[in-house]
Amino acid sequence: MINFEYARASSVADAVRQIAMAPGAKFIAGGTNLVDLMKEDVERPTRLIDITRLPLQAVEELSDGGLRIGALVANTDLAYHPLVEQRYPLLSSAILAGASQQLRNMASTGGNLLQRTRCHYFYDLVTPCNKREPGTGCSARNGLNRMHAILGSSEACIATHPSDMCVALAALEAKVHVLGPAGERAIPFADFHRLPGDTPQIDTNLRPDEIITAVELPAPGFADHYTYLKIRDRLSYAFALVSVAVGLDLDGGLVREARLALGGVAHKPWRDPAAEAALRGQAPNDANFERAAAIVLRDAKGYPYNTFKIDLARRTLVRALTQAAQGTPQSQSNKKIL
Amino acid sequence: MSQTSKAPSPIGGATQPPAKIEVALTVNGVEAHLQLAPWTTLLDALRDHLDLTGTKKGCDHGQCGACTVLVEGRRLNSCLALAVMQDGAQITTIEGLAASDALHPLQQAFIEHDAFQCGYCTPGQICSAAGLIAEGKAKTSDEIRELMSGNICRCGAYPNIVAAIEQAMAVMRDKS
Repeated sequence: MINFEYARASSVADAVRQIAMAPGAKFIAGGTNLVDLMKEDVERPTRLIDITRLPLQAVEELSDGGLRIGALVANTDLAYHPLVEQRYPLLSSAILAGASQQLRNMASTGGNLLQRTRCHYFYDLVTPCNKREPGTGCSARNGLNRMHAILGSSEACIATHPSDMCVALAALEAKVHVLGPAGERAIPFADFHRLPGDTPQIDTNLRPDEIITAVELPAPGFADHYTYLKIRDRLSYAFALVSVAVGLDLDGGLVREARLALGGVAHKPWRDPAAEAALRGQAPNDANFERAAAIVLRDAKGYPYNTFKIDLARRTLVRALTQAAQGTPQSQSNKKIL
Repeated sequence: MSQTSKAPSPIGGATQPPAKIEVALTVNGVEAHLQLAPWTTLLDALRDHLDLTGTKKGCDHGQCGACTVLVEGRRLNSCLALAVMQDGAQITTIEGLAASDALHPLQQAFIEHDAFQCGYCTPGQICSAAGLIAEGKAKTSDEIRELMSGNICRCGAYPNIVAAIEQAMAVMRDKS
């Protein structure tokens, strides 16, 4: 790990002031991804600004029935929070599908959003990578790309976003609250992460001088009909090949509202409004689920080692929709897929 | 800290090593005051500065769990925690689990179930299991397996590790 300076932020405003004064500085909270990337010399901040003592630790009910989650709430505390377990079990389930309990104890809500791809070429300093060093090329396109994107990739980058939690937050249409020198703003979850395009080095639309203060969930939690189904190479503690978050609102045997988000398939959690629209007003049956999955995957593109993910994603979507419709969400401890 | 930011060197980072920082840690009930560089991990502080070598360095990337310790009663990977960020924290390592001469129920159960072969992952397994029992979320063996998945055992002693944890859970439940 390279040498760096260490400072603590005394308030959220102080954190914003400090980051503006020190180009090359980064905020650190849980550090589970940043410290690892620093050990690999992929991240080389000149200064770390420790934000862990800031008062961003609360989970609060909002007057509109939603929930405000402080940026520093640990992943474990969020997953086991009674209000989250009761009203947003999709979020609990997705968090518990990711990482290990030790990592979830350290990792923060805001940090989970900002974790970087686990593309092995991104981590490997001796191979070209447009995300790590813009303009050098993408080693994954013609390399070992089994874990890589099948949707929304570009010439420059076929990396995937690694988070499970973010897939649920996308389905729940969370808003990300941030503070910068120009004041506060709220970013809809769909606009928070970016597709790679020509600038894969920029993962999110958070500006370098802004800090995440909270994530807000709107009231609908889809607690009766949800699932988080994650398919991976081993049953625990592995990144997704494909994951699917589903929230359904069923009314009189028809789908009133449908939310679908996929992980492991793109540079950001993947939503498809057309697929969700195709389910609205329809019966929750196999034929309609297959039709929605076909819409999601209409532009899917495989690379030499990951074409299998297109069919895997189709089947995972249909199975997840079935689990949600039947009210039998995937268990994250008994891994048998029903 | 009031240093102004410095231009990065060709490989990034500050041009000069910043001053060491005073860090107070209470480890296994004993308060220690250390002068540490900011990039010293909690794992290296324990092993290299406090001579507590029970906590093991496996992968050093948060993937194997050998470095698991309890910070404020919660298990975490000490290889990914910067020591300066733990200033003022209460830390328990494998050396601090037993009460005086009596083994911790987990240590006793690991011996009785032969829950290891080479033993390198064992301090992390036991600290992680202590964290798991304190969390109170694991009721079934499936749940124990899932919530212990952050601790890798390359000798493959998993069935005996799960059995040992189940025994310790029962012993600790009876005592409480």
